[in-house]
Amino acid sequence: MYKIGIDVGGTNTDAIILDENRNLIHSVKSPTSLDIKTGIEKALRNLLKEANIDRTKITHAMLGTTQCTNAIVERKKLARVGVIRLGYPATASVLPYTAWPTDMVGKLSGNYALVHGGYEYDGQLLGQLDETEIKTLLEKWQDKVESIAVVGVFSSIKNDQELKVRDIIQEVYGEDFPVSCSSLIGSVGLIERENATILNAALCKVIETTTTGFAHALEEEGISNVEVYLCQNDGTLMSIDYARQFPILTIACGPTNSIRGASYLAQIKNTMVLDVGGTTSDIGVLQDGFPRESSVAVEVGDIRTNFRMPDIISVGLGGGSIVREDNGKITVGPDSVGYKIGQEALVFGGKTLTTTDIAVRLGLADVGDKSLVAHIEEDFAREVLVEISSLLEQAIDKMKTSSEDVQLVLVGGGSIIVPDTIRGVSNIIKAENGNVANAIGASIAQISGQYEQIYIYSKEPREASLKDAQEKAVKQAVLAGAVSDTIELVEVEETPLAYHPENATRLRVKVVGKMQ
Amino acid sequence: MRYLDKEAIENIAIGAAFLGTGGGGDPYIGKLMALSAIEKNGPVKLYSVDEIEDGDFFIPAAMMGAPSVLVEKFPRGDEFVKVFQKLANYLGKDKIAGTYPMEAGGVNSMIPIVVAAQLDLPLIDCDGMGRAFPELQMVTFHLDGIPATPMAITDEKGNIGIFETIDNKWTERIARAATVEMGASSLVSLYPTTGAQIKKSGVHNIITLSEKIGAIISSKDRDPNEKLEELLKLVSGYELFQGKIVDVIRETKGGFNLGKMNLEGIAVNKEENMKVHFQNENLIAEKDGQVIAMTPDLLCLVDYETLLPVTTESLKYGKRVRVLGLPANEKWRTKKGIETAGPKYFGYDYDYVPIEELVKKVVAKHV
Repeated sequence: MYKIGIDVGGTNTDAIILDENRNLIHSVKSPTSLDIKTGIEKALRNLLKEANIDRTKITHAMLGTTQCTNAIVERKKLARVGVIRLGYPATASVLPYTAWPTDMVGKLSGNYALVHGGYEYDGQLLGQLDETEIKTLLEKWQDKVESIAVVGVFSSIKNDQELKVRDIIQEVYGEDFPVSCSSLIGSVGLIERENATILNAALCKVIETTTTGFAHALEEEGISNVEVYLCQNDGTLMSIDYARQFPILTIACGPTNSIRGASYLAQIKNTMVLDVGGTTSDIGVLQDGFPRESSVAVEVGDIRTNFRMPDIISVGLGGGSIVREDNGKITVGPDSVGYKIGQEALVFGGKTLTTTDIAVRLGLADVGDKSLVAHIEEDFAREVLVEISSLLEQAIDKMKTSSEDVQLVLVGGGSIIVPDTIRGVSNIIKAENGNVANAIGASIAQISGQYEQIYIYSKEPREASLKDAQEKAVKQAVLAGAVSDTIELVEVEETPLAYHPENATRLRVKVVGKMQ
Repeated sequence: MRYLDKEAIENIAIGAAFLGTGGGGDPYIGKLMALSAIEKNGPVKLYSVDEIEDGDFFIPAAMMGAPSVLVEKFPRGDEFVKVFQKLANYLGKDKIAGTYPMEAGGVNSMIPIVVAAQLDLPLIDCDGMGRAFPELQMVTFHLDGIPATPMAITDEKGNIGIFETIDNKWTERIARAATVEMGASSLVSLYPTTGAQIKKSGVHNIITLSEKIGAIISSKDRDPNEKLEELLKLVSGYELFQGKIVDVIRETKGGFNLGKMNLEGIAVNKEENMKVHFQNENLIAEKDGQVIAMTPDLLCLVDYETLLPVTTESLKYGKRVRVLGLPANEKWRTKKGIETAGPKYFGYDYDYVPIEELVKKVVAKHV
């Protein structure tokens, strides 16, 4: 039995094969293509050609891809979205698409409507839903929209109105018509949640091409009887059906796969991970093997959103970062020779002084021709290393939640530039096979389900609330393709709401299970 | 008179959040409301206090309630149209000559811009605090004995209430209770004032000051130290500390966020520490155990590099900040001002000493 994992990165598309004991059988790297699709096909073809295994024994194929992110950034292949906001007359002072880049609004057709509905902060009715109002609107939108985003005021507390509207839409437009409900996508903060929901709705065509394209590429290679999954950004997988409903959750799955793959290779579940590439370094935190989530608004393609994203910071420091001295002041990066390092770095016969040259000069690494950097003064090289250290120290410190020292797992092609000791780090662990950590992360992932709602413990006791949330999370996990009797509770987060008189708590529950 | 356009509003939002000293709510939604309103109704006319008539009548506009509700359920935008009419009728006035903010802060600096745009009313360049404070009686008009009521309160559903209270602390209590019932956020119009009263008791030129502060902070491609110098000169302020947040202790009491944060010195303040106490707004700062600034003087935290204001909700470990101290408006430094919003009112056992003197003392000790 074999599993295939493919991860599309900015520079390379990596593909690996693992056996049933998660041993790495083979890995390949090939350049990411402009259209992504042909790069995936090529990586897959090379992998299978070189590995020479029995293709009928491949049971699972996992894909971590940037196609959705690229579609948003490049404004391509996006669907025409209709936005229905439930809450009128409240919220009319800021309409949908306010503060969006205008080219993006044009691409999405800019259709929206504010209708009656919504809830108050304590779950009381803000406005009654009016079915006729919705149906009249749908009549008007016939043939004008390809996907609909439904957003209710305080739907994170009660989402029955959003679900009812979804039913009405699918009754009128057909049951395959794509509808995105905000309560299933974002958290509290109407504008940011609405924006995330609109983006999700806009991605319905992209995800369709992505999933059918991948299935097709597998078939071409004679792999037919496989379970196909897409990676989401929390380090778990989703089935094709689920991915079609929540394409936005694929955004930022790459860095997540890297840090999860790293922790798997190092066999450590709670740690900070530093992934050093050619131009940038990503830093993430794993808690019980899953990435910590970001708690602030995140911009995607210049649009402010609040859907679940991994808490990862990037610093402009990598193996190709350019080193300069100006009036005795040393700077490192943020610009880099990038993928041209093999020609431009001094050790490879080039003319640009990079961080890799410094690492070779100090004997931290042995790549290229070290005689080409022998002329660099040792004192100068040490000073550069101090600068690298201080950039990393500051970035690591930003990710900490207390002043205690942390453990650091180090991966990525550029990791040779990292000094042996960093202030604020207790020990550094270098992971083996760290150069394909991302594809390994993609192929070891499990399937999750998550549920978030505000519960009022004085009305619905804590135990009952927890049970309710867990049941709903399990339902999500099964929908995403998990085997129900393998599902375990992995995370409970309770946030008391200060302003609420009746002991209201935002409860978030996450479960994880094995795939079919 | 001059017009406020989009760029002016962006800058006012930043500057007002700066003067909000950590409180005053999420500036993002406030800014979107104001930008939407001028998009729809055209730019807003800003009048300086010298340009208004003594006998004319003005009503401020503000939001009251939980910032966490406002990010989910914000106003419809035209609530004030009806409220201003009702309040004018109640007061027996046939004309309201303009509106102005109650406080500086991310949200309440923007609400009057929405109102001015909606009603095509002049916006007056003044407010009632020159900073942000948590309670309705913490207003310079209150210090001069001007009653907060008759006041009007409304919500996006269309409910309207008019209150007359026996004193301004009762206004706070009753309005707070009504706000909870309205869904934890409401719009209020209180301290109806004449032009003469504004001239005597308001904090003048605050919108222009906010705009100037915002313009300095948002100016691009400049050295942060040079920006900071210009900013401090503008507000007669001091840079009290450069530090990193190492600990934030919070508790919630009576709907307010209370707490303190510890900062560890960086750069010029290496090896030193600072403690900042806050109750929605930043109130007291101690440097190496010695008080260096106290309310009603302003304590503004800004990002170490961008100088963007840091709100109390976004404090977290590792954030690098500069702590700036600004003298409060002279009205707050009177006996009644200190009684109303000085350290003792907030439960800190200090006698108020102006920041100018505290800074001198601490510096003298170092020398």
